[in-house]
Parts: sequence; C-alpha cells; structure tokens
Amino acid sequence: MSDEETLTITLTVNGERVSRLVPVRQTLVDFLRIDLGLTGSHIGCEHGVCGACSVRVDGAVVRGCLMLAVQADGADVVTIEGLDDTGEVADLQEAFVARNALQCGYCTPGMLMTASELLREGKPASREEIRTFLSGNYCRCTGYHAIVDAVAATLAARLQASSEPERS
Amino acid sequence: MNERPDLFSLSRPNSYVGRTLSRAGARRAVAGRGRYTDDMSLPRMLHAAFVRSPHAHARIVAIDTAAARSQPGVALVMTGAELAKLCAGPWVGTLTCFPGMKSAPQHPMAAERACWVGEPVAIVVARTRAEAEDAAEHVAVKWEELPAVADKKTALDPGAPVIHPELGDNLAFRKVVDNGNAEAAFAAADLVVEATFDFGRHTAVSLEPRTLLADFDKGTGKLTITTSSQCPHMIQRVFAETLRLPDHMVQLVAPDVGGSFGLKIHTYGDELATCAAAMRLGRPVKFVADRLESFVSDIHARENHVKGRIAVSKSGEIEAFDIDVLGGAGAYSQYPRTSVLEATQVLNVTGGPYRHKHHRARATIVFQNKPPSSQYRAVGHPVGNAIGEHLVDRAAEALGIDPIEMRRRNVFPDDAYPAVTASGIKIKELSHQRCIDVLVERMRYDALRREQAELRRKGIHRGIGIACFIKSCAPGPHGYYGIGGAPISLQDACTIRLEPNGGVLCMVGVTEQGQGTDTVMAQIAASALGVPMASVRVISGDTDAVPYGGGTFGSRAVAIGGEAVYQAARDLRDEILQIAGVLLQAETGALDIVDGHVIDRAGGARRIPLAEIGRIGHFQVAELPNSLQPVLSHTRRFRLEDELYIFTNGIHGAYVEVDVDTGFTRLLKHWVVEDCGRVINPQLADEQVRGGCVQGLGGALYEHCIYDDAGQLTTGTMADYLVPMAAEMPDIDVAHVQTLTTVSELGAKGVGESGTGAAPAVVMNAINDALSPFKTCVTTQPITPEVILTALRKI
Repeated sequence: MSDEETLTITLTVNGERVSRLVPVRQTLVDFLRIDLGLTGSHIGCEHGVCGACSVRVDGAVVRGCLMLAVQADGADVVTIEGLDDTGEVADLQEAFVARNALQCGYCTPGMLMTASELLREGKPASREEIRTFLSGNYCRCTGYHAIVDAVAATLAARLQASSEPERS
Repeated sequence: MNERPDLFSLSRPNSYVGRTLSRAGARRAVAGRGRYTDDMSLPRMLHAAFVRSPHAHARIVAIDTAAARSQPGVALVMTGAELAKLCAGPWVGTLTCFPGMKSAPQHPMAAERACWVGEPVAIVVARTRAEAEDAAEHVAVKWEELPAVADKKTALDPGAPVIHPELGDNLAFRKVVDNGNAEAAFAAADLVVEATFDFGRHTAVSLEPRTLLADFDKGTGKLTITTSSQCPHMIQRVFAETLRLPDHMVQLVAPDVGGSFGLKIHTYGDELATCAAAMRLGRPVKFVADRLESFVSDIHARENHVKGRIAVSKSGEIEAFDIDVLGGAGAYSQYPRTSVLEATQVLNVTGGPYRHKHHRARATIVFQNKPPSSQYRAVGHPVGNAIGEHLVDRAAEALGIDPIEMRRRNVFPDDAYPAVTASGIKIKELSHQRCIDVLVERMRYDALRREQAELRRKGIHRGIGIACFIKSCAPGPHGYYGIGGAPISLQDACTIRLEPNGGVLCMVGVTEQGQGTDTVMAQIAASALGVPMASVRVISGDTDAVPYGGGTFGSRAVAIGGEAVYQAARDLRDEILQIAGVLLQAETGALDIVDGHVIDRAGGARRIPLAEIGRIGHFQVAELPNSLQPVLSHTRRFRLEDELYIFTNGIHGAYVEVDVDTGFTRLLKHWVVEDCGRVINPQLADEQVRGGCVQGLGGALYEHCIYDDAGQLTTGTMADYLVPMAAEMPDIDVAHVQTLTTVSELGAKGVGESGTGAAPAVVMNAINDALSPFKTCVTTQPITPEVILTALRKI
C-alpha cells in the first residue's frame, strides 16, 4: 500500500472474529467486499441514498458506504452472507424467490437486510407501512409491488406462527 | 409420418410454456451469491479512474500528466490523444438508413476538445481505485473554454455556437412523415386541439453501474472482457475493431448484470480506454463507474420539445395528427446505434392505436453540449404515447365524450388486420378492443368515475387516466440497424446439445439481466423436447460459448431468441426420435418424448430414456448403422422476414390524487392490459410490466437531468436526481390478452417495454383529469409539484 494512514481494527463479521490493517479512509462496505471477499453487499451510489450496501452493525441496519471501516472496530457486523448462513430470513428469501420479488438481484441483499429489520419488530404492517419502511432501498427492476407482496406474506406468516402457540 | 404434436399444449407432460416457474438465478441472488463484474478479481489486477471534463465545451490546450505518474501505486496515465493513436476509428454515429444524417468523429476519450461535462479526457490506472482517483487529481489540464450549446431550442439559431464546425451547424438529422393530406384535414376539421410538450432528460440509473474488467493475454493476444452488458457480440465487434484485434481474439463475458434497461447496449469510451490500458500493461484492469460519473457519462434519453395538434370530427372521429418534435442528441450521435431513434420513433408511434388517415410528423434532432442521448427502455414510446394520448383526451373533453368511449370509436378494430397506420407502419394481430374491455372491467371504470365525482364534491381531486399504446418489439434486419450498417445482429440463435446422460445444454445469443430470459428459454426448450426443467441448463452472455446473436434489446429476447430455441430444440427432438426409431425399429412418427423418455405415442409406454440415446449417440455409435451419424447438437437462427418489428398493443389505466395546494401527486392504483402474444411465464411477464411501469412513472414524475445555461448538470447525485422509491409507487394490476404473432411458431411478441412506453402518458392524463375542474392542464414532464402549481397559477 501507499503511505496513506492505516489502523488495525478487530471486529466480528458474521460470527467470525477478524482483525485487519485498513486505510482509515476505507468505507465499511469496501472493507467487507475487498478485504473479506463478502461481495453480497453491493455498491450502488456511495452517498447513502440507494441502500444496496445495507448491513447490520450492532443490531441496526446501516449504510455500509456511510460508515468507515475503522468505525466498525469492535462492532458486530452481519452481511447478507451471514443472514443466509444463520437461516434468519430463510422464509423471506423463499418468498422473494416464489414471488419473483427480484430481477437483477443487485438491490436484493440490501432489501432483505432492511426487511429483516421490519420482520424483527414483529408487529403487523400495512402495505403502505411496508412501502415506507423499504423506501430507502432503490430497486430499478421490479417496481416494488412484488417485493411488498413477499415481505407482507412473510410478515403475515410469522405473525400467524407466533400467535398459534398462544391459542393452543 | 404423423404431424408433430402441439409441443406447447398445456395438457402435455413437461409443458412449461404458459406456466409460472421460479428462476434459478433468483435463489443465488437472495443468498448474496450473485456474481457481478465488480465481484471478480484477477491476480495483479489494477484499477482505473478517469479525468473528466469539468466544462461543457472546452479546448484542451495542454495536459501535464507527470505529477500523476509519480503518485503512489500508479501504473499508467494515458490521455485521450495518446489513446486515439492506439485505436482505429474514430467513431461516427451515423447509419446509412438516415439520409442526410450528420455526426462528428468521436474518439473514445476527448483528444483535442471536450464537448460535454463528464467526457473522459485521461485514464489513470493504479493499484487501488483510491490511488487511481488520488492520482487523477494530479493530472493538470489547461482548458480554453468555448461557448456551449445547452438549450436545444436555440441550437439552430443563426449565430449559435457550432459544436462541430466541420458539420456546418448543429443539426444532426431531420425526418418528415407526411401521409394523407394533413393540411386539408386540419383546415376542414370540426375541432382542432393543440398542445406544446416538454420532456426532460432522463438516464437509466441501473443500480449496478457500468463495470468492466479487461484482461489481455500477451502470450496468445487474446483480450477477455468481463462486463455488465446486454449485447456481448456487438461490444466484441466494436471493441475488436477499435482496438485493432480480430473478433475471434476478443471474448466478451457478461456475468450477472445488475440492471441495464438499454444503458448497457452501448459502447462507452471509458470502457474502451480500460481495455486499451490492459493491453498496454499486460495486466488486468477494472473500471467501475461511480454514481457521480454515471450521471455524466451514461447515455441520456427522452429530451424532446414537441408541438402537437389533433383534428377531430364532431362525432369524435380522429382525422389527423400533426406533430413537430425537437430532440436533443447531446454532443455526438452515439456510435453505433445513433441518437436519432428516439425522435424518429415518436413520429411512428404517436396516435398509433388509431385509424386516422392523415399524419404529418417532423423530427429535428440537434447537437448540444451534453452527454450523447440514445436508446433507453421503450425508445420514443413514452414521448409519442404521452403526446398522442393527451391530444386524444383533450379532444374528447372538448366534445364531451368519455375517454374510454373516445378510444372505442377510434382504435383499429380487432378484425381489421393486417393494417397500416397513418404514420406508415404495418401492424397485425393486435387487440385494442379486447384490451379496452378487459381494462374497463378490471378498473371497475364506471364505479371509479362515480367515486371520483363524489370525492370531487368534497374537494378531493382525483383523476382517472387512460392511455392506449402500440409498441415496436423485436426489430428485424430490414429496420434501422440492419440496413443502416450497424454491427448488430438482428438475428438470434440457439445451439442445443444432448449430453451423454440425457441432460440438455442450451446456448443462446440473447442475454439475461434479471428478466428471467434464461428460465424462459429453458421452459421453451424443455417443452419442445419433452424433458423435465431440471434437465436443461441455459448458457448466455459469453461470446466463446454461445452462437452469434444480437443480445437483449428492443423486447426481442423471447420473440427472436425464444423462437431460435424452439426451432433448435425441435431439431434435436427430431434427431432423438430418428435415433430411437432405428434402435427400436419403430416409425419415428409413432414415437414421442415425455419426461426424458422416448415413448409410444399411442398408449404412452416408455421405450428408451434420453440418457440411453445420449450414451449410445456419444459412446456406442457402433450400435448405429453407418448411415446414421449422430450430431446431437443443433443450431438455429431466427429473424423477422419482411416486418420491421413485431408490434404489440395494450392499454394503461391510472388513478391518482392531486393535492392542489402543494402540487403533490399520489399514485393510488395502476392497471395494465397488454398483448405480448404467447405468454411463456405469466409471473415473469407480469413483473416485466410492473417494473417497466415504475420506470415510466419515475420519468413522468421525478427524474430529470437538469442542465444550467453553461451546460453543467445540476442533478448529478441520487439526492438530486429523484428515482421512484417504494413509498411513492402504487400497486399495479396486470392482465394479458394473448394474440399470437404469426411470424413465428412460438407466437411470442415482446413484453419488456410495454410498461415504460405508456406509463408517462396515462399518469399525465390522470393528473389532467384531476385538474380538469380548474380548466388547466400540464404537458411538461417530469410533472413536479412546481409544474402542477404553475398550471394552477398558484406560483
């Protein structure tokens, strides 16, 4: 590397503890993609509008392009690869495939990441509320209708499943 | 021999045509395991960044690259002039089918003069993108600013600066269509309605930007280009020629493509420069356009100023259209597809659903100091439909005729085909009347009108929009590119192979960008062959692997590529049955293929599996007579014969609410009924329409490349250039009428652009319906709150 300033960071990514020397100006999403090979997080605008780089940091979904890697020192980071491995959104992924809620797939990891936050809230949401919740994630292909369908179906199924044991 | 059975009959086993099946690629994408170009790295790979013009028009007096070359990590700095010396060319974006058309020679990067803000002038290659960008800041360009032409309306004024002096003026092309006697029709008409329209510049904003990874093997002289592309063979041809390489030594691979929409059918100088840098260095070089440079270097589209009028009889019969279109080409006509198709398509399709007899249309396309404009999803149709459908609505309103009724009176009847529109295009197998009927039912049109009237009494201003359309799909070789001399294949092809274990590989020239093309091709192949879907794998987007084709553009993938797949699969089926007939001592006509087994057509008894045909055909050919040499690999090409296009048709409906105090428009619901011929996969077809609609709605309401008088883009970030997000978009109801085209056996027409083509028309009509109590209307897109409040005379 050149003589640019670097720092060593240590963090947990998808449950794995990693330590790397990074340029202090490197964004979190570049670190994940370039240094760790986690290419599921995509780069769409690099100014915080499109949501393609959304990742979970210490439980909250953030823009990977608006956070520096050094700011994630000590943090617990989850990317789409981690979400996929744990099966946390397996039902949502299945709904996306069944409903064709993606076309080119470039927005999809960020869209799933954002939707996972809505699902984790565990509260009923109308189509309008789902649309508002997802409105920080740009999708050029689908027109959003199918995405809203997939999220609504997954949310409804989860709420149904969580209410059933109480009744029995 | 018996006739072949109907291979698409849904009652057959393995009949996948007409069924919703999910896409294999989708499963990969939801796991975050898509493979886009930027996800790939090669050993010793370098990264490119570009120095771009900060001026709309300026002469390069000098470039000093010494400081940049000495920056950390820098491997190469190359100016436009240096690159031009390595390249054949320059490019000239004209086609011979446009007589009198002009464009100036264009180098991949500006060599002497930059003609738009964002035009590349030097490439910097370094170990990391960050280092390349750092070093690019040290490239010192001495500029001499020249007067810029930003406004197309003054581009032809006497005394206006001439962007390319050798062309004499800023006129790129002029085209006139004058059929019938429009002058007399307007003079004699009961009613004439006139309007003036403005359509803003848009750009595609694919979420994955343009991305290219070039790798040159100095040992073999082969260049491998991995890039996010819709048209691998066209890019291969243009880049090979420009880089002075033979076609067969350039391989183009399009892996997963993160959206394209026409943006990625074009050639871009920065991408070519990246390839040249890789050849110079003998090391892989990657270029990813960042979002800011995408806005100033991707092709733009739609910028048109139009005067239009319609002549109508008292009874509501449309007699004539007269339109005058002024289009902005940008600084050069885009090579090789040109920058004049949008405006010329407007001439063709405006009023296309209707039986009027007189049609006069003029297009004037001028150069400006802006990025080249060119083909983007639904080329010309969003403009032409908005003009035509607005004028039809205004005429209906003046005559007190309901918009639906006005259209019923004027569309070509479903039994009127083949026919020729007044603009001179041949149409057949369309279904306007049935589409109107279906739309009225699905919208519950009459009830919606009653609801609108009730709410209007309460001061809530809702509007109902209707817009009919025709859409040109699947261009044929007699159309612009073919006879115009562009290096673009208007045929497409499939090679299909039976593998030893009975599996099927299907290589296609059309490409996949998420529409589901690969899945649709597999559905066609599996149905035609009689094998389970899991037995078929489709390969696309690799010029080393697939037969020569045009790629995906102009709603052609299924209509052209799908028919090639069908014909190739049918040939393979015939050969399998021939081999089976010899092995089984049976008449081939008495055999069929079902579920991967050759069966008796009568009774259905299984006789021999395809795995056995594959094994014998590849390994045990001694079991066959010498006269039978198995091929088990068949290639078919398909193209239109005489038609310029396959036309489709349909109708949109929209329900909106306009806040007359703030000027905000809320989209409540959208409907589309369209006729794309045979629907192969209903869900995928629906989603093409929905996504296309939203792309059209974005352009109609939000998206705008706004340039100031100096030719500077003022909306060059995603915070300024507004794209449609989930919260603003409506649910979209989609229905299909299926009138099969007779140009192919498959009968599919095209579906990818029907949403985009008419959504701007219908939303403008809906907004104007909402505004009708105020005796005003809007004809400027994007229809921002400011446009609405201005029409309401509130600002």
